[in-house]
Amino acid sequence: MCSTCGCNQPADAVTITRIGGGIHNHAPFRALQFHLLGEEHNHNGHSHQPVTIELEQDILQKNNLLAQRNRGYFEAKRILALNLVSSPGSGKTALLERTINDLKQVMPIAVIEGDQQTTHDADRIAQTGAPVVQINTGKGCHLDSDMVHKAVRKLDPPNDSLLMIENVGNLVCPALFDLGEGGRVVIISVTEGDDKPIKYPDMFFSANLCIINKIDLLPYVPFDVEKAKSYALQVNPQLRFFEVSALHGQGMDKWYDWLKTQFAHFRDYQHIH
Amino acid sequence: MHELSIVLGIVDIAATTVQKANAHTVDRIELEIGELAGIETDALLFAWDAAIKNTVLARAIRDIRHVPGKARCLDCGEVFDMHELYDPCPKCNNYLNEIIQGRELKVKALTVS
Repeated sequence: MCSTCGCNQPADAVTITRIGGGIHNHAPFRALQFHLLGEEHNHNGHSHQPVTIELEQDILQKNNLLAQRNRGYFEAKRILALNLVSSPGSGKTALLERTINDLKQVMPIAVIEGDQQTTHDADRIAQTGAPVVQINTGKGCHLDSDMVHKAVRKLDPPNDSLLMIENVGNLVCPALFDLGEGGRVVIISVTEGDDKPIKYPDMFFSANLCIINKIDLLPYVPFDVEKAKSYALQVNPQLRFFEVSALHGQGMDKWYDWLKTQFAHFRDYQHIH
Repeated sequence: MHELSIVLGIVDIAATTVQKANAHTVDRIELEIGELAGIETDALLFAWDAAIKNTVLARAIRDIRHVPGKARCLDCGEVFDMHELYDPCPKCNNYLNEIIQGRELKVKALTVS
């Protein structure tokens, strides 16, 4: 049906891989529930008179319930989980690499990487020494709370740590799926259009923080930082911003200060502020 | 295209309901989709046909109720129609608004037999 969304994906299409530590397997864990009833059935005495059931059920309820379960686990272990979302190529992995290298002496950091294919990102993170699990969604376009639940079990992050969940590069689909995170960070880079926030408003609406990356390239691109911020504030007036270059390090100090503050706040109050 | 995940969620809900009701199939399904729910109806319909094959929804009549977006201005209290998440209050041009309707994404009712 379509090349990006996982239609008719086989049952073992999603894989979760622990990188490093000698563990490497691709255990299948989720079967798409396409074939729910057999062709043949017997009536066993029940009738087939039509009955209308008023359900009023949220379609995302299953994801949201499991997300809350993840959230409870994170709160109990005082793990601040951040869901990092962006388009592909905005520099999420580069941001993580530098952040881990600069902060690993200050706080324990573990990572869940989400991509359709390959362990390239998790391999990069493993180089920093941080524990990392790769989720490969196959054709799936976003992480969901069930994938994160299973990845967390495999990762087993320590108490009082920071858990970075790098979502699949996609500015649309991940917006709808709560993973149980304590905060959501949206990343845009200056090589994208400065109108991204109103082109893809759902993602900016649900984020707590916006990182504008690759600011070292500003002299060479027409990206207007103030315009991008103003668009993003139209969608989400409470959004905060940091302008950084994950490659060269400009502006990273403010992001680190924010992380340290939120990390301490979360341990005491189980939410960010 | 997260709409496929949404349809698979609907199939899951329908199958569970059919099983609980000791029924066999869904004749009619009523959905409620808000204007600000982040769902493209066209994409949902596109995913629908592929995802419901060989499920309890295969022959169901689909009735989608679209819920218009509404917000309340947190400054002046004006209640207004919101079509996009970045629509300001028409009275005072404020962007700090509370969405009061239009985020719905629900299976409202199922007729099973």
